[in-house]
Amino acid sequence: MLTKRIIPCLDVKDGRTVKGVRFEGLRDAGDPVALAARYAREGADELVFLDITATNQKRATLVALVRDVARELDIPFTVGGGIGTVADVEALLLNGADKVSINSAALARPELIDELAARFGSQCIVVAADARFHEPDGWQIYTRAGTHNTGRDAVQWCREAADRGAGEILLTSMSNDGTKDGFALDITGAVSRAVSVPVVASGGAGSKQDFTNVFQQAHADAGLAASIFHFGEIGIRELKEHLRADGIPVRL
Amino acid sequence: MEIAVIDYKGGNVQSVLFALERLGVQATLTSEPEVIRRADKVLFPGEGEAASAMRELRAQGLDELLPTLTQPFLGICLGMQLLGQHSEEGGGTDLLGILPFNVIRFPNAPEYKVPHMGWNNLQVLRSPLFEGLREEDYVYFVHSYYAPVGDYTIAQAEYPAPFSAAVQYKNFYAVQFHTEKSGPVGTRILENFLKL
Repeated sequence: MLTKRIIPCLDVKDGRTVKGVRFEGLRDAGDPVALAARYAREGADELVFLDITATNQKRATLVALVRDVARELDIPFTVGGGIGTVADVEALLLNGADKVSINSAALARPELIDELAARFGSQCIVVAADARFHEPDGWQIYTRAGTHNTGRDAVQWCREAADRGAGEILLTSMSNDGTKDGFALDITGAVSRAVSVPVVASGGAGSKQDFTNVFQQAHADAGLAASIFHFGEIGIRELKEHLRADGIPVRL
Repeated sequence: MEIAVIDYKGGNVQSVLFALERLGVQATLTSEPEVIRRADKVLFPGEGEAASAMRELRAQGLDELLPTLTQPFLGICLGMQLLGQHSEEGGGTDLLGILPFNVIRFPNAPEYKVPHMGWNNLQVLRSPLFEGLREEDYVYFVHSYYAPVGDYTIAQAEYPAPFSAAVQYKNFYAVQFHTEKSGPVGTRILENFLKL
């Protein structure tokens, strides 16, 4: 039986792992390669590396980091952050990334998704969507590290991304990110119902029960979190044991 | 031992090279027919789309070479599907024709997202490739198309119906999952292959 995936996310800046609250107030949470290896040993199903400074600053080290991680890691990993061209994606895949996530560049020019899927296959193209809720518009998509409201409806954009060839949607609720109050069950469920590709829920995980909820109530295929794992608040194995006890299929 | 990893612009070969490196094995990434023919073991990774992969194989003459190989051969992911007769992908593509299966797409169903992506357990293991593994061990899959179960099937998985997780005909072994990305279980399968 296909299992639900637990995915630690390593936000990297200048080659170090960091995680802030609502994308601000960054704290140093360690060396990405060492963290990656630790998570693989503890039973993480996948890893995501997001170069959170890449949209506004040049990244010279990301390809080298991907290579170092791929050399070490025997589970799949996704790389994202400021990736905007076919050449960017090719360099990351050639150096050992399994999947590449695109965000702002896809919103600026949605045809990029079609081009990447045709060139590399849908299975390695993830569209990362950052959504925030506000009245009266509901869930809207933001770009540029969460600074710019595109005015696009979150469900509609995720559906378009999947139709254009995205193989997976990484949906982050910016309204929940860093709060530890739980995932955004409503928008995650709505996107999961709207697309036929897997959906990774991100933003807001604070407890083991939050993961149970996002799998049982929002039908997410994977749950992603950062700080609760980086600072040892929840161990991956104990999280999976909790999920199994709740009747959720996991790899243990 | 000479190990050739076939290079046909077929996706993430670097992960396979790194997995072999972690096992302390030096492999050669090559599209040279002579190097491939001489190798003790051949690995055939693959990702992406069947039609463009077949075009590349034909352009390099590898579609003629591969069926004639006699050493242990391991296809991975798309590298497994390409060993079949025909794929539905991209409006229909003829494959290498080494094994008798046709490759078809998973049906879209609300509870079963496509691609089939993530860790699924292996069942009905019957090959030295799986020496030391237990039924229910998990491996990592990413694919939208699959080979049905047949006489050639040496391991199966379910999504939701059973499909071929691994196949074999003579020296040609192949796995639908990413053995190079399947943790210690995948590493063991690679080790078993290198001992064949």
